[in-house]
Amino acid sequence: MNMQPDASQFTGARDDGIAKGEVLLDVRNVSLAFGGVKAITDVSFDILKGEIRAIIGPNGAGKTSMLNVINGFYTPQEGTITYRGVPRRAMRTTDAARQGVARTFQNIALFKGMSTLDNIMTGRITLQKRNLFWQALWKGPAEREEIQHRRAVEEIVDFLEIEHIRKTPVGRLPYGLQKRVELGRALAAEPSLLLLDEPMAGMNLEEKEDMSRFILDVNHQFGTTIALIEHDMGVVMDISDRIVVLDYGRKIGDGKPDEVAKNQDVIDAYLGVPHDE
Amino acid sequence: MVRGRNQALAEHKPKLDTFPKYLLLNAERFGDLPAMRHKSFGIWQSWSWKDQLEEVRAFSIGLETLGVKHGERVAVVGANRPRLYWTIAALQCLGAVPVPVYADAVAEELAYVLDHAGVKLAVVQDQEQVDKLLSFSEKIPNLGMIIYDETRGLGDYDHSRLVSFTDVQESGRKSMAADSSAAQQWEDTILAASGDDISIMLYTSGTTGRSKGVVIGAAASVEAACDTANFDHLTERDSVLAYLPLAWVGDHYLNYAQGYVSGFCVNCPEGPETVTQDLKEIGPTFYFAPPRVFEGLLTMVTIRMEDAGRVKKWLFDRFIAVARKHGEAILEGRPVPLSGRIAYALGRVFVYGPLKNVLGLSKVRVAYTAGEAIGEDLFSFFRSLGINLKQLYGQTEAFLYVTCQKDGAVRADAVGPAAPNVDLRISADGEVQFRSPGMFKGYYLEDAKTAEAMTEDGYVKTGDAGFFDKDGQLRIIDRAKDVGRLNSGALFSPKYVENVLKFFPNIKEVVAFGDNRDFCAVFINIDLQAVGNWAERNNISYASYQELAGHPLVYEIIAGHVDDTNRKLCKEPMMAGAQVKRFLILHKELDADDGELTRTQKVRRSYIAERYGELIEALYDGSTDKYVETEVTYEDGRKGKIHATVRIADATVYDVAPEAMQEAAE
Repeated sequence: MNMQPDASQFTGARDDGIAKGEVLLDVRNVSLAFGGVKAITDVSFDILKGEIRAIIGPNGAGKTSMLNVINGFYTPQEGTITYRGVPRRAMRTTDAARQGVARTFQNIALFKGMSTLDNIMTGRITLQKRNLFWQALWKGPAEREEIQHRRAVEEIVDFLEIEHIRKTPVGRLPYGLQKRVELGRALAAEPSLLLLDEPMAGMNLEEKEDMSRFILDVNHQFGTTIALIEHDMGVVMDISDRIVVLDYGRKIGDGKPDEVAKNQDVIDAYLGVPHDE
Repeated sequence: MVRGRNQALAEHKPKLDTFPKYLLLNAERFGDLPAMRHKSFGIWQSWSWKDQLEEVRAFSIGLETLGVKHGERVAVVGANRPRLYWTIAALQCLGAVPVPVYADAVAEELAYVLDHAGVKLAVVQDQEQVDKLLSFSEKIPNLGMIIYDETRGLGDYDHSRLVSFTDVQESGRKSMAADSSAAQQWEDTILAASGDDISIMLYTSGTTGRSKGVVIGAAASVEAACDTANFDHLTERDSVLAYLPLAWVGDHYLNYAQGYVSGFCVNCPEGPETVTQDLKEIGPTFYFAPPRVFEGLLTMVTIRMEDAGRVKKWLFDRFIAVARKHGEAILEGRPVPLSGRIAYALGRVFVYGPLKNVLGLSKVRVAYTAGEAIGEDLFSFFRSLGINLKQLYGQTEAFLYVTCQKDGAVRADAVGPAAPNVDLRISADGEVQFRSPGMFKGYYLEDAKTAEAMTEDGYVKTGDAGFFDKDGQLRIIDRAKDVGRLNSGALFSPKYVENVLKFFPNIKEVVAFGDNRDFCAVFINIDLQAVGNWAERNNISYASYQELAGHPLVYEIIAGHVDDTNRKLCKEPMMAGAQVKRFLILHKELDADDGELTRTQKVRRSYIAERYGELIEALYDGSTDKYVETEVTYEDGRKGKIHATVRIADATVYDVAPEAMQEAAE
């Protein structure tokens, strides 16, 4: 007899009640400072449901700070952030995670000694319903729940084509694969907004092509909204729908890739024209 | 159980001369035993013979509704997936002809085969294959619908020519539900089918040019499969891992044909990269691998042991030495002193058992290797662990088996006596020729080439030069047309020289030149895994194959191997003249995508000679380096150029060893 596992509930992206093309996240007049250092100054932009939104800019432009503001790691001194139609000011990163914001990091932040499977499983934590008591008791509901989660993880493993490293400790994997596992962990949360901090840093051409393909597939197949920071202009121009350009904490450009490419301020920022201030 | 099976056999009055007849029989006699397994989403799924019959029937009747008719050719392209194996059976049930094609063939090759075979329909694995077919659709005018297995990425495609496997099965199930006699009619068609039908068309890998469609008859293929399944006592309790290319005669014969006649379970790996893990999980009882796979396993074991702790390393070395001494004798039931038996039993506990378990070879009852010569050391390493590894010699034209070794009569340098019911002979000019039950009907649409491949009295010419050894085992020297002579008149067999060199783990591929030349010279490909590991341990950094291949220390290592080879060759009077005088390490790995290897990874000698003409001249004109530009094809079909200055090194040539001279004189 053929034992098909229960079809999983895995959808790739949770339903957030926002229709495709509507505003999912709105950043309005946000400023962030660390003591006297202004990291972000009066930046406004929005992210639409279902799009791939790139944030670019030279080193120190405030890109990662911006991402940290979006997922609640930093609280801006000024400005408002409206996510899924609800304005918020201060929040914890766990709240952001519960609300469906998942991210990857510039410097891979996986559990090096754990297997690929276990790493991706940790991405399901916010979706686990059973509390510590049930988890400790194990048999029954917690076990059934874990089987469901494991099935979802298997779908991610299949999606990202990492079957062969399922049980390998991630510390032993090459860099490009670790990046892929990290994407897998973020996907496991079935995010409605996926933040990718330099997903292609340090990769060779082939790995970049693979990663671009996966990002497009995630966006296409699951309808996940993606905000990404990336330095490789070729990749950014190819895969993003709209681009925000930051320089010295200010927004200097915003629009479709071809518009941004023609923007004189952007060209100056990248070619290093001296600033007046 | 046995009685029930015999009854079922007896009740099956029609002659069992097609695989679909076996499908019906197996569903009856082995009903709930597993016929197929496949790992999907991390869990092994299994299908019993009953399930398999149901899956094949639904798809087959679905194909009928798509208009597939008796005698029509249908392409099957993809990796080893249950659904593609079912496709082959489903087509055979209708009397249609499956034409499996290598999944890694580039679009152009694929289009050539599909056009040549005149396929009306293609059943493919995934988006990749669909893309290839669509990109060349104007070159395959006869091709209508494309049926795909995996839906991923195909959602947005224009479905006017595409249909999914499940949809076809669904339409089959619907017509069965609508017409209660449909299933019975389908079974009647199978039982009424003739053994003269074509069972399958297998395209050769094209070692010597364009691939040819080898037509295999139904009754012939069943008969051949029964012979070898009996020879190795294969039963419904056996299992295999189907990881070899679906389009290769070896996979079709060993897994599909033998599976249907003996009823064993075919396990499909999750993907090409997980084969080693799947092998470990399944633990097959019948195993086939070309020598290069065994070589890869041994290299992996050696490398891992280099990194192991001191105790483990000591245990390993100690007991492998015991195995080398007594292992083969114990396997073959020859007398071994008690102390040897005790040491071997301990070794089994500490080393051989765990090692076989890691390799996934614990349960192997019969293992075969073929396709290339296998090194004595390598061969006996696996046998000494207690793995019943044997050799066979075969061809697509024979539907695989020509010779195979009997249990207990196994040697590394020969391929065994004729397989059951095979008529084998050596022609006057030294060519191996055979007549066998599974012999092909001819090449599809190429009568001239068929006639060329046959003798007047109906034997198939293998094109291999060989001879029978004292104990009646066949020994293959080389391709008959490759055996040549040096200008000195000495015999030159390129493969012989290449094989001696290839037995060094650091050397992956060799191409030897020497026919009508003054001396023998070789191209060498280093083994990136083995040499890369050495480089890592010695803090040598490199960025690419090209850089590592050109490294002076790598040249030193390879020079050492060439020297050892010459020392070995000089001891054999027949081959002493063919010692390697000059060699170079190629700046790129030989690759099937560039046409340098066949899809089964055999060297295409004449093509290489043409492509690297400049380098060959450099080998013979005495220059010490040569600048070359080489065009390469990337996997997506784009072309690029690599350029390099290749160094050419000299090697010492030895006089014929005195003891060899003596032997020759005696």
